[in-house]
Amino acid sequence: MTRAEIQGRIDLDRQTFDALVAHARSDAPYEVCGFLAGADGQVNRHYQIPNAARSMTFYTMDPKAMLRAMNDMDDSGSELIAIYHSHTHTEAFPSATDVELAAYPDAVYLIVSLQDDTPVVRGFDIVEGKITERSVFVDGAQAPGGNR
Amino acid sequence: MAIEVRIPTVLRKHTDGEGKVSGEGSTLAELFDDLGGRNQGLHQALVGSDGQLHRFINVYLNDEDVRFLGGIQTPLQDGDTVSILPAVAGG
Repeated sequence: MTRAEIQGRIDLDRQTFDALVAHARSDAPYEVCGFLAGADGQVNRHYQIPNAARSMTFYTMDPKAMLRAMNDMDDSGSELIAIYHSHTHTEAFPSATDVELAAYPDAVYLIVSLQDDTPVVRGFDIVEGKITERSVFVDGAQAPGGNR
Repeated sequence: MAIEVRIPTVLRKHTDGEGKVSGEGSTLAELFDDLGGRNQGLHQALVGSDGQLHRFINVYLNDEDVRFLGGIQTPLQDGDTVSILPAVAGG
């Protein structure tokens, strides 16, 4: 398993965690993507955004759907907490492309890996090319990071 | 012609932290030239050396993706709102 220095955590509830995995599975082997938003680090909004690339190795959020989600966050006073996408055949660690294109330093990048039978969700800050990892907690318990 | 431009967090280092700026121009290209006249960094973040919008920057005119309008030559009118969002993409 590829690792990065761990700094901080991100807390999800079970319903959100399960919804991320269900979304990832819904279009496998293609990658899916979306946003989590809320207040004070507590997620209360989940936006599934179509992957305009519909690819097994690349994602790009549909521009209009992405804008609608961002506007909804503004209108509801929510803040963007996390940007998630799936890796259907590789581990839950940012790829070189993920790092190169990471343009939201204030968001946590969540990656849902379907590589193994048990889905793995890991979280990262990607700031100016530097990756640090956050421990993912689900209902207060640390989520397993997977075997590889 | 006053055009309101919504600036995302990641580009606010080019606007002294402002989330909304106002600019002038009858096309998107002119608007970005106007904004770039005050801050070259913002222009470089939006427009490539070929004069086209960067691939991984989404620009919207009144919530429409300008790629489906006229790209950087999209005409603007007084009172329009331009929104900028870095694309969310990866592998």
